[in-house]
Amino acid sequence: MVDFGFGLVPSSRINLDLFDKEKYEELAAMEPDVRVCMACGSCTAVCTAGRLVQTSLREAIEDLKNARPEKALEMLGACQLCGKCSMVCPRGINTRHLILSITKVYSAG
Amino acid sequence: MKNNILIIGGGPAGLEASAQLQRMGYNVILIEKSPRLGGHLAKWDRLFPDGVPADDVLGGLIKELNGVKYFTDTDIRAINRLEKSYNVRLTNGITVLSDAVLVASGFDLFDAVRKEEYGYGIYDRVITNADLEAWFKTGSDKRIDNPRKIGFVHCVGSRDEKSGCRSCSKVCCATAVKQAIEVKQAFPEAEVFCFYMDLRLFGRHYEDLYLKAQKEYGIRFIRGRVAEVSENIDGTLVVKAEDTVASKPLKATLDLLVLMSGMRPSASGKAVGDLLEMTVEEDGYFAVRSGIAAGQRSPLPGLFLAGAATGPKTLPETLADARAAAVEIDRYLTEIFPDARNYKQLVRERW
Repeated sequence: MVDFGFGLVPSSRINLDLFDKEKYEELAAMEPDVRVCMACGSCTAVCTAGRLVQTSLREAIEDLKNARPEKALEMLGACQLCGKCSMVCPRGINTRHLILSITKVYSAG
Repeated sequence: MKNNILIIGGGPAGLEASAQLQRMGYNVILIEKSPRLGGHLAKWDRLFPDGVPADDVLGGLIKELNGVKYFTDTDIRAINRLEKSYNVRLTNGITVLSDAVLVASGFDLFDAVRKEEYGYGIYDRVITNADLEAWFKTGSDKRIDNPRKIGFVHCVGSRDEKSGCRSCSKVCCATAVKQAIEVKQAFPEAEVFCFYMDLRLFGRHYEDLYLKAQKEYGIRFIRGRVAEVSENIDGTLVVKAEDTVASKPLKATLDLLVLMSGMRPSASGKAVGDLLEMTVEEDGYFAVRSGIAAGQRSPLPGLFLAGAATGPKTLPETLADARAAAVEIDRYLTEIFPDARNYKQLVRERW
C-alpha cells in the first residue's frame, strides 16, 4: 500500500442525528431519573473505581445522550456498585440502580 | 399637593408607577410612543415561572390606572429644565409643566440579524423568542411546521462582547426553559435541545421549572454556545457547537432554531436621554445617582428611573422598582416643594 504520509481517523464529533430515541425512552421509562442529571460531577468526584480507571457515571449519561452507548457501557464496566455516588448526588438519583438499568437496556443489543 | 408628574413609557414600570402615584394624589401624565399600552408585555403570551397569561397581568396593571391621563402614539419633542420643574413639549401638541419626571423607557430586544452566523433573516427556520411568543399567541407562523427537532440558543445578544452586549439579560434562561416546555407541549413527539453557556435560573421557582423541563419534558440541555448554523437543501438546519461537558465538537440537524434575543437599552429611551442630557453608563443603560442605595434616582434633580431603563430586569423586579420609584418621587416632592424659596438649597442638601 502506498504511504501517503498520513492516516485516517474516524470522526470524534458528537452527531446528535444518530441518537437512538427509542432506546433512550426505554431506559427513561424504567429509570426516569436519568433525565434529571445536571452533569455536576459529584458522582465522578467520589468514585472509588474512578481513581484507578477511567470511569464516570456523569460521562456515561452524557455518552448515552450523545449517541455513544458503547462508550457508556465501557465506562460503567469498571463500576463496583459501591453506591458512594448515590450518597452525594444532589438530585437524589439512585445511581446504582441507574447503572444496572443502563447496562440492562443497552447490552441487550 | 397636586404636583404634575410626567411618566415616560407605558410598559409595566410606567403603568405601575402611574397607578401608585395617582393613588398618592398626584396628577400623573403617562406617555407611550406606540399605539397601545403594555410594552413588550403586550406581545408576550405566557410568563415564567408559572405560565400565567401575559394579558391577565397587563389587564390588571391597566385596570389599576384608575383615571391616570395617558397619551399613546406620543413622544417628547422638547424638554426644558426650569428652576424647579421640567417644561415638556409633547408631539401631540400638549405642553406639560412637570415637577418630577420618571423615565420608564424599558428595553429593545437585540436584533438577531446582527448575529449573522445564526442565520436569522437568512435561513427560513431560524426564529427568535419574540417570534415564538407571537406564534403561541396567534398560532400563525409558516416557519413553524410540525418541527421534530427544535433547538434553543441562549445568550443571543447577551454576554457577547463582540456585539457590544457584555451583560447578561437575566430573563432569557428562564424564558428559554419556559418556551422549550411550551413547544414540547405543542409538539409532544419533538426532541428539544437548549444550548447554553451557564444556566442562570436564579429566581424563586425557576429551578423547579428547569427540573420540570428535564424530568417531565425530557428537554436536553447542552453546555456550549452555538458557533455556526447552516441550511440543508431541504430547509433543515445543521447546528455546530461544542459539548463542553463532553469536550467534543457536536453537530445536530434541526427543523427549527429559536434564538433567545437579549435585552438592549431602548433606542427611543436614549433619544429622551439625549434631550435631558442624562448620564448613560458603558453598557448603554441610564446611570443611577449613587449605585445600589438609590436605584431609582438619576443624577439630575427631579428625574427618576424605573424598570429596564437601568438594566435588564424580570417583570416582578420591574414592578418592585416602579413602586420604589413612586415612593422616592413622593419623598422628593414633599421634601422639596413646600418651601419654594429654599428650593435650590434644599436640592443641594437633599439630592
